[in-house]
Amino acid sequence: MATLELTLDEEILAQPLKRGRRLGPLFWAAIGWVVLVFAVAIFADFLPLPSSTDMDMLERRAPFSAAHWLGTDGLGRDELARLIYGARISLIVGLCAPIIGLTIGGALGMLSGYFRGRFETLVVGSMDVLLAFPPLILVLAIIAFLGQSIFNLTIILGVLSVPASMRVARAATLTLSRREFVIAAQALGASHARILLRELLPNVILPLFAFFLLGVAVIIVVEGALSFLGLGVPPPISSWGSMIGEGRESLDIAPRLAFLPAAAMFLTVLSFNLVGDALRALTDPRQGAL
Amino acid sequence: MTDRVLLSIENVTVDLPTPRGNLRAVDGVDLKLGAGRTLGIVGESGCGKTMLSRAVLQLLPKKAKLSGRVMFDGRDLVSLDRESLRKLRGRSLAVVFQDPMTSLNPVLTIGTQLIETLQEHLELDLSTAKKRSVELLAAVGIPAPEQRLTQYPHQLSGGMRQRVAIAIALSCEPELLIADEPTTALDVTIQAQILDLLAREQRRRHMAMIIITHDLGVVAGRTDEVAVMYAGRVVERAPTQALFKKMRMPYTEALLAAIPKIDTAPHTVLPAISGRPPDPTRPLKGCSFSPRCRYAVGRCHAEKPGLTSAETPAHQFACFHPIEIEAGVPA
Repeated sequence: MATLELTLDEEILAQPLKRGRRLGPLFWAAIGWVVLVFAVAIFADFLPLPSSTDMDMLERRAPFSAAHWLGTDGLGRDELARLIYGARISLIVGLCAPIIGLTIGGALGMLSGYFRGRFETLVVGSMDVLLAFPPLILVLAIIAFLGQSIFNLTIILGVLSVPASMRVARAATLTLSRREFVIAAQALGASHARILLRELLPNVILPLFAFFLLGVAVIIVVEGALSFLGLGVPPPISSWGSMIGEGRESLDIAPRLAFLPAAAMFLTVLSFNLVGDALRALTDPRQGAL
Repeated sequence: MTDRVLLSIENVTVDLPTPRGNLRAVDGVDLKLGAGRTLGIVGESGCGKTMLSRAVLQLLPKKAKLSGRVMFDGRDLVSLDRESLRKLRGRSLAVVFQDPMTSLNPVLTIGTQLIETLQEHLELDLSTAKKRSVELLAAVGIPAPEQRLTQYPHQLSGGMRQRVAIAIALSCEPELLIADEPTTALDVTIQAQILDLLAREQRRRHMAMIIITHDLGVVAGRTDEVAVMYAGRVVERAPTQALFKKMRMPYTEALLAAIPKIDTAPHTVLPAISGRPPDPTRPLKGCSFSPRCRYAVGRCHAEKPGLTSAETPAHQFACFHPIEIEAGVPA
């Protein structure tokens, strides 16, 4: 290490330091897909698409054509339009629910990991109670009670993802708050709020963010499963899960009705995971250095 | 020596509750430090040096119990409220830790860490704080300081990181700097550089400094006074010159003997202190060094020796049978 004390002029170095780690084509393909899904979901209203809810009983399960690019479903609704509007639901639920979980869970986890004591016991205990509930039964009960809507679905899935984020944040905070830089910050007269926000948060946010992208992927799948079971968004709104559920009835005649939304979901989830992994590797300044 | 007393540790005892019983980490320590002076605290691992420094900073683990007084500049830190204590830390008291790998935040740039400290305590605006940061980094001997501001701790070497940690500690012109084994984690070639840097900055800023170390070689020539700690107690305290010229406590002698010398013949067995320090959860009735002391007699096992003065009142030791021979080691 001692040799690094020398100053080296950039010119005398044989090879200038290469900045940044390379991102593979897979990463860019994943980014491309995510951007495409976001773009069509956001601008769905402005796209020259047939209505996603208008039924055409004469054109049921129509094959690919110029009028219906991806054909029509069992009730004669345009498959492409339903896929794109379905992306909207998947992304809204898939992004908002993990954000709720990340914010509440991250805050609870950091506070309990930093302050310890009775507060930690209370938080961990209540999270264990929440985890012990069978999630599907819980969702079923709450949906039955509050009614089927995107808002309710998002809130429930968000609350259900709190314990996991809380555990990630608490574990990271527990190890970090024993590190000397926290004591050093205290010795420099930093307040608890400052230590939590400036010293610990930038460290905890990295594993939390990687976990967030994973959470997005998981929630998209969970929302699909719930819609498949008829517990998700109320019809006639389309979501990828409910489309797979509806397509199940005609798997023998028109398997594409189930496979198209399944493929869209598969690609989106895979892309989120790939982007998450690449970003974590890229932003992790501790790579092998500590 | 007529300097005003900046820090006075009065009868400080730190107890840590452990599953195996109460652990007395620091046992009735009395120390005084004048403004602008340097005190070395020497002792082996687990003798309570670090706990003592944490007691001064009031940064003990939550469960620890502290008794006694820590007077800093006329105020008792033990009874000070949280807010005044927070303001005092950083501004008047600062620490440099042992391991610069962990004492800097790995995800914040050097600049952020320095600038925020300056802004917090001195209420400087961003551009002034930035200028001060560059000056500070230059002062601690970091080449190309402007570029370093945007770098992360892992991009620097160990010695550089310790320099940055020192720059942060010095940033608010503290009156007392506590260096807790500042060179233990560093390369031998860097150790002397860091110690010289600390000594230079201390003289320049006229601040008081406590150097905590297990190496008598570190305190020799760099401190005004040395306190040797063993099992939570100060067993010998003297001006550095006097201590190295005529040590009285057998433990100090054993510590000094354990330093390998360059002129010993190859393959000589290194003199080590036999045995282990006593279990701090089960305090001994007599002198805590007696089981390992080669001069120990019956009385040493039965009674605890108090601190007594030697020829000069400044030289104190806790031993019934002080060594009379001249060690003759140049300080």
